[in-house]
This record gives sequence, C-alpha cells and structure tokens, in this order.
Amino acid sequence: MMLDKMKTLIAYYEEVLSMPHRQEIARELRDEDDLFLLLLYSEMIGIPNPVYYYTLELYPYMIEKFHDWHLRMGMEKSPLAGMRCC
Amino acid sequence: MNAIAIAAIGLFIFILGYRFYSKFVAEKIFRLDPNYVTPAHRFKDGVDFVPTNKFVLWGHHFTSVAGAAPILGPAIAVYWGWLPAFIWVVLGTVFAAGVHDFGTLVLSVRNKGQSVGTLANKLIGQRAKILFLFIILILVLMLNAVFAWVIANLFITNPSSVLPVFIQIPLALWIGHAVYKKNVKMLVPSIIALAIMYFVAIVSAKVEFLQIDLVRYMGGEDAAGLFGLGAVSTAFFIWIMVLMVYVYIASTLPVWKLLQPRDFINSHQLIVGLAILYLGLLFTNPEITAPITNPGADDVSWFPLLFITIACGAISGFHGLVSSGTSSKQLDKETDARFVGYSGAIGEGVLALAAIIAVVTLFPSKEDFLATYSSFGAANADGLGSFVAGASQLATGLGLPSDIAATIVSIIVVSFAATTLDSAVRLMRYIIAELGVEYKVPALAKTHVATTIAVTSSAALVLIPEGPNGFGSGGYLLWPLFGTANQLLAGISLLLISIWLKRLGRNYMITIIPMIFLLFMTLYAMIQQVIFQWSWWGSESNTLLFVFGAIIMGFAIWIILTAISVLRSNDDTKIDLED
Repeated sequence: MMLDKMKTLIAYYEEVLSMPHRQEIARELRDEDDLFLLLLYSEMIGIPNPVYYYTLELYPYMIEKFHDWHLRMGMEKSPLAGMRCC
Repeated sequence: MNAIAIAAIGLFIFILGYRFYSKFVAEKIFRLDPNYVTPAHRFKDGVDFVPTNKFVLWGHHFTSVAGAAPILGPAIAVYWGWLPAFIWVVLGTVFAAGVHDFGTLVLSVRNKGQSVGTLANKLIGQRAKILFLFIILILVLMLNAVFAWVIANLFITNPSSVLPVFIQIPLALWIGHAVYKKNVKMLVPSIIALAIMYFVAIVSAKVEFLQIDLVRYMGGEDAAGLFGLGAVSTAFFIWIMVLMVYVYIASTLPVWKLLQPRDFINSHQLIVGLAILYLGLLFTNPEITAPITNPGADDVSWFPLLFITIACGAISGFHGLVSSGTSSKQLDKETDARFVGYSGAIGEGVLALAAIIAVVTLFPSKEDFLATYSSFGAANADGLGSFVAGASQLATGLGLPSDIAATIVSIIVVSFAATTLDSAVRLMRYIIAELGVEYKVPALAKTHVATTIAVTSSAALVLIPEGPNGFGSGGYLLWPLFGTANQLLAGISLLLISIWLKRLGRNYMITIIPMIFLLFMTLYAMIQQVIFQWSWWGSESNTLLFVFGAIIMGFAIWIILTAISVLRSNDDTKIDLED
C-alpha cells in the first residue's frame, strides 16, 4: 500500500521533470513540420516551386493542419484565396 | 518562543486558507465549472496546450516560481523582528498571493490561455501593454543585478561552494545531451548529477585547496586588489564579470542544452532544501532568539517597507506570468485551478516561512541577532549569509557537519539564483526585441544585440551602487526596487482580475482590496525613498536609485489612475470574455 503510493509519487515527480522536456521535443518537431509545410507551399510567398501542382494535391489532407499553421505564423486569415480554411 | 510551534501555526493557517478561503473564492467568486472546456482541451496541440494531471501541473508550477527570492526577502525583513515578517508572509500568502496566482490562472483559462500582458492590452488598452512590458523589463533588470550580487556575495563568503556550482554546468550539459540526443529518462541522470555535485561539495568543504577564494588569493580582506580597488571589491568585480559572461552564453544557448537540465537538478535541490529546513527544524527543535519586534530599528520604518522587502513569499507579480503564460494552457479541468494556483502560492509561502525560521533561530541570543542586524543596510548585506548559516545550523539536526551543510545550502541558493539569472536575461532579450519591433528599431530584435544590451545594463546596474565593501558590493541596495516592481506587476494583474469580475457582475473585493493595499504600500515606500532619501535634497542622495525609483513611482501612479477610471466607468461590454 505504502509502496504503491511511493511509486505513484515518483511517477508524478518524473512527469513533472519530463514536462518541459516533452514540450521542447514537441516544439522542435512542430517547427520541422512547419518548415516542411513552408517548402511545400513556398509558391504562396513567391518562392518558385517546380512541384507546386503536386504538393497542392495534398491540400484536402492538410487543410486543418494548414489552418493551424497560418495561425501560428501570425496570419489571422489564410494567406491564399484558394486555401479556404477559415 | 519555540520555532516548531511558529512553523506549525503558519502551516496551519495555510491549510485553513486553502481549505476555506480558496474554496469560497472558487465557488462563490470565480464559480469554477468542472464541465468548462479548458484551453488545454480546446486548443490541444501537444506542445503548449496539453491537458495535464493537476499534481504534475502543480509540481511544474511550483518549481517554476520557487527560487532564491522568497529566501532573500524574508532573510532581510526579519530586521524588524520575526513577527511582522511572519504575519505578512502568512496573511499575504492566504489573502493576496493565493488569490492573485489562482485568479490569473482562471482569468487566462477563461480567455483562451492568453497571458496577462495580452489581457492588459484587451481589457485596458494598447498603452497598458507597453507599460506592462516596461515594468517587466525593469523587474528583470533588477532581478539580474540583485541575483548577480547574491551569487558573487555567496561565492566570496562561502568559497567552498564555487567548485560544485561550476561543476553543475558540465553535468547539466551532459544530462541535456543524454536526455535529448540519446533519449535517456532524466530522473536517473539528474539524481546522479546531484550526487556528484554534493560529493564535490563535501570534498571542497573539507579541502581548502579546492575552495576558490579570490579574497584569500589577494592576501585577505585588507589587501589591495586590482585597478586600485580593495580585495573584496576586486573579488565582487571579477565574480560579477564571470557571471555576466556565463549568463550571456547560457541565455543564448537553446533551452534544452543548459537551462532545462539545470532545472531538473534544481527540482531535486528544492526538495532537498525544503527537507533540510523542515526536518532539521523538527530534529533540532530550536528556540527563536530574535526579538518579536525590533523597536531599535528606527533608521528605516517597517511600514511600508516590510511589504516591499518581502515580495516573493507574500505576493509576487512574477507568478502571474507563469500562471497565465504556461500553467493556464495545461489545465485539465477548470476546478483544478484552485489546487494549482492557490497551492502554488502556498508552496512559496512555505519556503518563505522556512527562510524566516532559519534566520531567527540562528543566533545564540537576542543581542547577537541585534549585533548582526544592526541597521537596515546591514540586514540587506548580511541577510542571505544569515540564512545560509541558519539553514546549515538546522541541517546539523540531520547529522550533517555544519561546514558541509553551509556549502550545500549555498549551492542550493546559488543554483536557484543562477537559473533565474539565465531565464531573466532570456526574458529581457525577448522584451527588448518586442520593444524594438514596437518602436521600429529592427536591430534590437537580433539575439546578440538584445543580449548584449541586457547583460551590459545588468552589469552596470549591479556595479554602480557602492556598498560598505566598496565597488560592486552594493547590489543589494536595489532589492526594495525589485520588490516594488514585482508588487506593481501583481497590482496590474489584480486590477485585470477585478475588471473581469466587475464585468461579470461578481464581487471583486477579494482582488481589489489586496490591489489597493499593494499599490498604497508601493507608492508610500517610493515617495518615502525617492523623495526623502534618494533625491538630490534627500538624506542619502543617489541618482541611480532616484531615477529608477521615480520611474517605478510614475508607473504606480499611472496604474492607480487607470484602475480608478476603468472601475468607475460603466463599460460592461464583454471583450471576448467567454462565460
């Protein structure tokens, strides 16, 4: 009984310690994803992208993620008229 | 007077505060709703918005807010006797800090997890946000200067702590590498790191060769140092320079390399520190030798300066930044806010209470106490040293030799202060960058430009005031200014909660009374110090303190005027407040 409580306590403590760590990893991953998205849709900010028509095919799969992305990038509305997420 | 009894009374009042007052606030005023969809669920992104267990969140919240400040403030404020400090810590925590930390958390949860800065912009206006940034800028500037002084001072008084503190840097880098690159769990490496640090502490407490004592190297306190300065001044100068170089490098590194791994070790140290203080108290069962009140303390009146000297530990605006900046985005259920916010403040109060007890039980007699705490200046300069000595005396109850205990306690305080320094310089850099964007000076947004400004201004601020030990030793003179900046920040947050409550048609007395109290004390203290003490015609003319004090006083007046106009207006429009 006592041992179980101690174990839970240690598990909680370990989670307290790992919270910022997990957050940092998630943030780095998200930054990488954002960069990837930027590469896919670089045409939108005027950087020519030879495979734009193919990446645009991903649009239906990425629309929700795209919405979150442009919000994170500080754009209230979708920067592209064609991208009608909000 | 028995110290255990006093600690027990304090803890008992904290429990009553949590059990009854916070319940009243949660149910009758904030009306927390267990079914409310918190930002953690609504905007869940796995990064910032993550629903988190309340005990885990409390742990994280508490370790983020606890530091060296709730130790330093009480260690100075016992100058006016132990009772005033005790009452302010206990009642301040229950009626001011608890409501403030809890309130900012709820306010932010009800507003999409936005921070108090953004909410100030929304509820008061654009100017409030800029004012907010300036107050935080002054706060972190003071923090950098004071904590650089604190560390330098502890290095000079406890040279055995230097090596273990510096060992922490490579150990933290190692943990950072192991955890982030090799995906090792952090509990074991951080405990190993702590063990290594304390082992080095034990060795360096015993072996004089390992104690890096700059004053001794220069031939003792009376010897001459470099550049025509005395030995102590030179030691202060060197340590402050070393710290500034360190903090420049540390604050420009990615957080996972040094800052976060240091925090893992510091979390253990917080537990070790609290255990040393409270278990030590239980085993040594000491008597309080310090006077209840100190009528001889007539150089600086306790009223209103007591309420400024103890900021963290009684109420601190900095907590609002943590509550609304990170914790509010991770709250699983709205009803958890009571536990996380209110108990977070209580945790800080418990630390401050322990700091008071460590100092007031240190001296063999009342006369010894009065000899050390002979003036307010002396209390400021030696308060922290007394805490280290007092805490190590309590630690002897656990069987630790006092020299080793003193080294370990110094390491704990220095580690807290160093991490705060790192985060504060980072924060300052962000604010300078934000102000740069606001005022269209893009150069300020560059990392190295902003960091250089942050570090050099902090270094200049800590080196300019002259203390009794000469150049650089007067950093503690800035402590009351740090307190006032912190209280002002808390004042703004309390004002925001009041405006929010008013617009909801609720009773806002629970936040407006602590706000009026805080702003009155801040303004009173600043008028007294700025006009009668630091000004050109004052008793202790000091241009630097005068300028900073006058700025803070101006801000305080501005907030009061805003508070009056906002609260008197009948503007009941709900500005994006969901309820």
